[in-house]
Amino acid sequence: MTEKQQVTEESNSINEDVYQLRLFVTGATPNSSRAISNLKQVCETHLKGRYELEIIDVYQQPLIAESEQIIALPMLIKKLPFPERRLIGDMSNTDKLLRGLSITANT
Amino acid sequence: MTNHHHKNKKTKFNYPQIPKTPTGITGLDEITGGGIPTGRPTLICGGAGCGKTLMSLEFIVRGATEFNEPGVFMAFEEKAAELAMNVTSLGFDLVKLQEEKKLKVDYVHIDRSEIEETGEYDLEGLFIRLGYAIDSIGAKRVVLDTVENLFLGLTNQGILRAELRRLFTWLKEKGVTAIITGERGEGNTFTRQGLEEYVSDCVILLDHRVINQISTRRLRILKYRGSLHGTNEYPFLIDEDGIAVLPVTSLNLEKDVSTERVSSGIPALDKMLDNKGFFKGGSVLVSGSAGTGKTSIAACFANEICKQQKRCLYFAFEESPKQIIRNMKSISVNLQQYIDNDSLLFHASRPTLHGLEQHLVAMYKIIKNFKPDAVIIDPITNLVTIGTVSEVKSMLIRLIDFLQEEQITVMFTALSLNSVVNEQTDEGVSSLVDSWLLVRDIEFNGERNRGMYIMKSRGMRHSNQVREFIITDDGIDLVDVYLGPEGVLIGSAREAQRLQEKTGEVLRGNAVNMKDREIDRKRKMLEAKIANLQSEFESAEDELNKISVEEELIKKVSENNRDALTKLRGGDKASSK
Repeated sequence: MTEKQQVTEESNSINEDVYQLRLFVTGATPNSSRAISNLKQVCETHLKGRYELEIIDVYQQPLIAESEQIIALPMLIKKLPFPERRLIGDMSNTDKLLRGLSITANT
Repeated sequence: MTNHHHKNKKTKFNYPQIPKTPTGITGLDEITGGGIPTGRPTLICGGAGCGKTLMSLEFIVRGATEFNEPGVFMAFEEKAAELAMNVTSLGFDLVKLQEEKKLKVDYVHIDRSEIEETGEYDLEGLFIRLGYAIDSIGAKRVVLDTVENLFLGLTNQGILRAELRRLFTWLKEKGVTAIITGERGEGNTFTRQGLEEYVSDCVILLDHRVINQISTRRLRILKYRGSLHGTNEYPFLIDEDGIAVLPVTSLNLEKDVSTERVSSGIPALDKMLDNKGFFKGGSVLVSGSAGTGKTSIAACFANEICKQQKRCLYFAFEESPKQIIRNMKSISVNLQQYIDNDSLLFHASRPTLHGLEQHLVAMYKIIKNFKPDAVIIDPITNLVTIGTVSEVKSMLIRLIDFLQEEQITVMFTALSLNSVVNEQTDEGVSSLVDSWLLVRDIEFNGERNRGMYIMKSRGMRHSNQVREFIITDDGIDLVDVYLGPEGVLIGSAREAQRLQEKTGEVLRGNAVNMKDREIDRKRKMLEAKIANLQSEFESAEDELNKISVEEELIKKVSENNRDALTKLRGGDKASSK
């Protein structure tokens, strides 16, 4: 059901530096595919080794749409570090994505 | 975007009617001729606080409770718990309905400050959510309240517009009857984001105005594709039973009429009305200036209705029921007995208590509950204090319509302010009513009297005479005015004229007597004179007799004397004889 991709090296230790990310997509629509690849690329570039990414297909779990207040898709929720942030779109705007994830360019 | 409604009312086509879904909202289904279009989205728009949310929620709740059509309410403004709390006062138990899977409230939270847009997106999440909610309870009805809030949360207008268009098409495909609410925009648009462009089947406009410190909500069907609908602005209100739109009646004039008659309770008045009284289900207006006895006429009518074992509902806008009962006792109309046996109901309220619409709805509800045969509204004029004449008129039109449909006879009383005969009086209802009685003060000869005449009475022969209207201890009576050589006389003048005639008769009788007596007296006088003369004659005769007797006596005596003298002289004479 859940398409879960663990891309972590050290799992589950709640480190200040570890990013917990959840990406909600809708199957393999162009927006979704682009969002996945764009996000992965940014994470690999800036957060290598210190992020957890969970990719959820809302089609598979329609209930989650209500519980997570999902309207626009694709949507990325940065659970950690605080504050929680929501980003929507295909993640093609790297500047905005980085700002949304509170990642400065030199990190 | 223009209003369109068919003008050809008479011609009937055989095309299937647009399928409609009843909203269950009082009055709205009448205006729309059965409800909103089934399986299509309807737009309800209006300013803040105009009742959009409540109207759409009532649509869902009624669907779930009355029409067995489960519904999804997607709230973009209020949280589910807040919403449930807000409508508890209306008797809507959202929590219970949700537990019974008849209703689903989904609160959509969207906040721009929490969201970063990083590229292309769509609203598929909304579709999934809504689709799931619809499927999970088998919903037939959907409300999106207020979908425009998406524009506050998301910035990409191009995407939003395209997605909304897709949403409405999708709703149609789903076959759900949907209501989309929208906040009224500035300028010429009905909604801020021009939703009316997407929802083209049915648009309902709500409005909330305050005039003279009394707030009025209004509703107008802006358009209804493929269906006849009322085009007016209809007042509506929110009360403890939800929303009620007026009129509570339909658009056509195809009511049943009755030829049955009801007595007015005043025999003399019935006589003026073709000897039978008013038509059952008709409307009667009694107008007149202050103190002309309008309430007394109304009370007599109520009394008569109850006497015939029927029910009467009396709306008192001026006097309290107790006052009316007490006052009517003075003219031998005992209303208390009918209150006791439940055939008469008084409903008194101050006109200023609430707006006209609320009055109308309150009346409507009481009438529905009490099911009277006759309704009295005393007086309608007091309602003008809370609305303009035209508003009152339109309210009364609706009320008369409704009552006629229910075959309830209605009597209005109306106060005409100027004593000058004001034919165009009384909120213009005079043209609506079937019978119009006018009670007038007639000032004449230093006193005030009441004259009554029938201005009109449709469909029956009626007297054109002015009658004098008298209130006595035994009730009301109408008296023919005196028609004499000096014209029409009323009141004490009429009475005086009558008395004068009586006096005349007495006098004439007297005069005849006098003459008789005169003659008698004269005869007696003459007789007395005759007697007098007689006695005079007798006394004269006596006198004459006396003289002759005396003379006789004197003669006798002197003869005797002479004899004696002769004897004395010698007795010769005797011997000489």
